[in-house]
Amino acid sequence: MNLSPDTWIMLVAIIAAVSCGLVGTWLVLRQNAMLGDAISHSVLPGLVLAFLISQSRDVLPMVIGAGVMGLGTAWLTEMLGRTGRLYRDAALGIVFTLLFAIGVILVSIYTGQIDLDQDCVLYGEIAYAPWDRIAVGSTDLGPRSFWILSGALLVVVLFSALFYHQLMVTSFDPALARAVGVNERFWHYALMTVVSLVIVAAFESVGAILVVAMLILPSATGKLISHRMRPLVVTAIVVAIVTAIGGVELADRVDGSIAGAMTVVGGVIFVLVAITSRLIQRHRQRHEYEAATTTQLQAPGDSAIRG
Amino acid sequence: MASSPPIEVHDLTVAYRQKPVLWNVDFSLPEGELIGLVGPNGAGKSTLLKAIMGFLPLLSGYVRVYGKPFEQQRQFIGYVPQRESVDWDFPVSVLDVVNMGRFGHLPLIGGLKRTDKERARAALDQVGLADLAGRQISQLSGGQQQRVFLARALAQDATIYLMDEPFAGVDARTERAIVDLLKQLKADGKTVLAVHHDLHTVQEYFDWVMLLNLRLVRLGPTTEIFTEENLRVTYGGKLAILAEAAESLTRRTEV
Repeated sequence: MNLSPDTWIMLVAIIAAVSCGLVGTWLVLRQNAMLGDAISHSVLPGLVLAFLISQSRDVLPMVIGAGVMGLGTAWLTEMLGRTGRLYRDAALGIVFTLLFAIGVILVSIYTGQIDLDQDCVLYGEIAYAPWDRIAVGSTDLGPRSFWILSGALLVVVLFSALFYHQLMVTSFDPALARAVGVNERFWHYALMTVVSLVIVAAFESVGAILVVAMLILPSATGKLISHRMRPLVVTAIVVAIVTAIGGVELADRVDGSIAGAMTVVGGVIFVLVAITSRLIQRHRQRHEYEAATTTQLQAPGDSAIRG
Repeated sequence: MASSPPIEVHDLTVAYRQKPVLWNVDFSLPEGELIGLVGPNGAGKSTLLKAIMGFLPLLSGYVRVYGKPFEQQRQFIGYVPQRESVDWDFPVSVLDVVNMGRFGHLPLIGGLKRTDKERARAALDQVGLADLAGRQISQLSGGQQQRVFLARALAQDATIYLMDEPFAGVDARTERAIVDLLKQLKADGKTVLAVHHDLHTVQEYFDWVMLLNLRLVRLGPTTEIFTEENLRVTYGGKLAILAEAAESLTRRTEV
């Protein structure tokens, strides 16, 4: 496909932001956002080991390596939190930093043999994406990361759509889910597998530190202004796209890191929305108060029970 | 099945973070009664409900629902968790929450059948919230939120209901609504085990009472079991609560 490098960069940024933003919606709703952060770090040793064992940058070993580490993080945290006398966030802090540190050491030891350096691991680099291409025969298909991220996006969309109800009930009320027989633990780990997959796909582009911003900011912004799933998801997608476009533009202006600029743009959007929605809410409350003091209001549907 | 009690708990011991919270609890619930679960804070009341549903690892003992393990019988149990146990800012409507009561009938892929949704709507109507079906749950009052949880349990179409403090922090209107609902459940032959805090209303709302403080103190008809003597054993030396109980007992006998 013959698109300019700039267009490819923009496309990769958008797809990375949207797939992270969508899967991150579940993390935010489950109040599990920091588990996303943890997984984004602990997949590193999985990636390095996958490189070393398979001696290639094929997608499959990468996904397996990262998936194992992502699930391992979720499971170890759960175990430490349950059996030890340790709060869950402390357990999380121990598990992911330990795994990440092992990854950092591996990267520095085998730095000659693998195609990863420490800066790339931390911050990612979308700017190189257009030059790492895949081809079938003599047909150029475009950047590798574009296809990997598109695959990840497809998985996220299918997973969320097909198992929407299961994800919903286990997020809102895990106890009820167990009571009616929806296996809360299974869906938790299934989601963490998908989160790991998206993180691997986005890793080269946005890096371990900033991927968590991509996971959380879109839906956190959406949750400020929406009271239903549909508008929440739509807002998250819009915010992700605006973040990607704005970030790439900003990076271009200041000649800086694209992932960094995307995160700044996403953060600024969040703050602006937070302030605006707060002001609107206050205005509305004042309005309602004035209305309530002039007329006697009765809440609808508050009638007594009907047997 | 007729001979098996709705819930039978044998020699149940449960520990949380190495600390035992229930010791050798042993009982069978009678069918078709409203049973109040009463005891001081930290007595293990919520823990007992969760242990019955297999949410917690048991150190010893077993639980049977109509004579079989919970996993095979979950369709018989409706659950009303504590209201504070969920995030009421969650982006769902009232009807979405009540629908969750039917999720035991969910296919692996896709949504609920029409009959399941109709059942949920009927349950919402039964608690008097049909008008609010489309509301976001954060816009409800505390009492309305409690009724949404009750509707969800009704939608489960169970024969046994486990309720964790259904009366906590509700307005007078909701309290009356819940009392009516309990009467209706009893009339329909359902069994209800509800954690209850207000000693004043135990005799009024419940036919049976279970007194719990880490161990099972007593279980039986309220008229026999709900005595000052038994409450003293249950609450230990907590005098303020005992005085309150004594006052409520004398007031009852005067009425």
